[in-house]
Amino acid sequence: MTHVAIQAKGLEKWFGEGEAKTTALKDVELEAYFGEMLYIVGPSGSGKTTLLSVLSGVLKPNAGSVLVEDIDIWKLDADKLADLRLNKIGFVFQDFHLFPRLTTAENTAIPLILKKKDWDESVREAINYLDIVGLKGRADLPPVKLSGGEQQRVAIARAMVSKPDILIMDEPTASLDGDTGNSILSFVHKNVLNANRCIIVVTHDNRIYEFATRILHMEDGRLTATEKGAASGTEKGAPFGAEKSTT
Amino acid sequence: MKGILKLGFKLLVNDKAKFSALLLGITFAVYLMMFVTSMFFGVLNHASANIINVGSTIWVMDPYVQSVSNSVGMPDYVLDAVRSMHGVKYAVPLYSGGALVKLADGNYQAVTVVGLDDTSLLGRPALLEGKIEDIYAQSGFIVVRDAEFSKLENPHIGSEFELNDNRAVVVGIAQVATSGLYGVPTLYTTYERAIQYIPNPRYTISYVLVEPQSMDDIPQIKQQVEQLGYRARTKEEFMKRTEDFFIYQTGGGTNMLIMTAISFIIGLSISGQTFYTFILENLERFGALKAIGIKSRDLVGMILFQATFTALTGYGMGVGACVLLIWLAKLRLPSYAAMLTYSSLLIGFVMVAIIAAISSYVGIRKVLQIDPFTIFRG
Repeated sequence: MTHVAIQAKGLEKWFGEGEAKTTALKDVELEAYFGEMLYIVGPSGSGKTTLLSVLSGVLKPNAGSVLVEDIDIWKLDADKLADLRLNKIGFVFQDFHLFPRLTTAENTAIPLILKKKDWDESVREAINYLDIVGLKGRADLPPVKLSGGEQQRVAIARAMVSKPDILIMDEPTASLDGDTGNSILSFVHKNVLNANRCIIVVTHDNRIYEFATRILHMEDGRLTATEKGAASGTEKGAPFGAEKSTT
Repeated sequence: MKGILKLGFKLLVNDKAKFSALLLGITFAVYLMMFVTSMFFGVLNHASANIINVGSTIWVMDPYVQSVSNSVGMPDYVLDAVRSMHGVKYAVPLYSGGALVKLADGNYQAVTVVGLDDTSLLGRPALLEGKIEDIYAQSGFIVVRDAEFSKLENPHIGSEFELNDNRAVVVGIAQVATSGLYGVPTLYTTYERAIQYIPNPRYTISYVLVEPQSMDDIPQIKQQVEQLGYRARTKEEFMKRTEDFFIYQTGGGTNMLIMTAISFIIGLSISGQTFYTFILENLERFGALKAIGIKSRDLVGMILFQATFTALTGYGMGVGACVLLIWLAKLRLPSYAAMLTYSSLLIGFVMVAIIAAISSYVGIRKVLQIDPFTIFRG
């Protein structure tokens, strides 16, 4: 757990100007490592989501830098940044954002399709990932026919199908009940986390803290404390990580 | 790119309600526009029926003639003068005018009478029944079998009617390329009989039909006719003048423009609004795609494909609906005026292209503006 996956230096981010100026990130420095499940926690408005967006190459900071595997992502042009997100980062959004008019398998295949892979091949590969999350039998259904927990699993399969080094999870349990949220995070810890992958989770749901390797506390745009999580990091392979261990 | 286009296709087509509304909007707009222009071009074609049917290369007429149906009589010396002009192979008179015939049952029916040059019968129609030389028989008339044929009580060879108290006998049944605009039957006879049977003003020659020795002679014939104080127009020029009369001086052109504009506005409103709603409803998901890593040009390509696919499908359906309706109408009314032309197809295509361009522009603008950060904010 010594290789740095993401390194942030002196991150500053504010919105608006003059009297309307709101500072969301203040001199944030952090390192996230391969093999760990890093939680960023804090109250609403503390800057967690802004930090997650800046780290994942979605929101440009006003100052500071973000290094992903030693590449300063905010110095990349728009196309290269999009490529980096597509190839190295997987996203699990709070509201899943699955396309209701596509099947579960097609939704899962989207990152591969964006990579210009053949449609049928992408869907076949996506079904393999749905198998891992236990939804192979629902591959042909639209997401609206799935429960919240199942939709979250589809979102995880979609995030993992492009074999990313970094998995970003934004409030993964916000739309789920306690038991389902717990089982989802347990699944992720067991099947997604591996020595070659870093998982960053933004949450304020303390019921799932048990799966964290490390917990960063945020308040008013600053990282205020770091604590060791209950879970340990991992060096072992996992079903979603098998392909990584061969590279 | 193929996979991304397929993704766009599925997002569009799988939303059956919106896709149907989009198609309906464009189909209806195209249908309406095509139908209006087809009807208008058909009317223009029928307005030039005599020019097409007679088929002379050059028509000499009074300068104030605005359309073929409104001839102004010319004195006989014009015919003689034209015959003596350089470049003229031959020239013959043509009578064209309206009359009332009294049918066997006592009813009166308006007709168009075309009087052909007695010697050459230039411009004669193709006969379905009878022999052309019978036109020289006493009181001989040829009736055109078109949609108005039944208005003469479906005459046959030997049928009789009265024309200005003169006995007229049907000696032939003919067909022509295009029937007239005004919904009245057409009779052919000789020039001399026409001016004898129908009360006329002082000058009786409606047109002088001219055949030039060669096409190169046309400019000098036109020049010589102009020096005489008259106008010589080629078949195409005369048709154009007749069409211009209907477009600019009857309100027909303005009506067509208004209807085309209305159909365009309807199509744009329905399709533009529905496409915009489609984009708005999927906006967050497009934002998610941007966060995941789709490039802007791929996103633009996807939306352009969606708009183009919808527009072309709607265009095809609109044209198909128009063709079907005209075909059905022509089964019932053979002389139904609507006529699908390349101009109609082109105008419809341009209109649909503009609708697709505006719809996709609005959609693309919205999608490019969305910040994927908003996806994280929920």
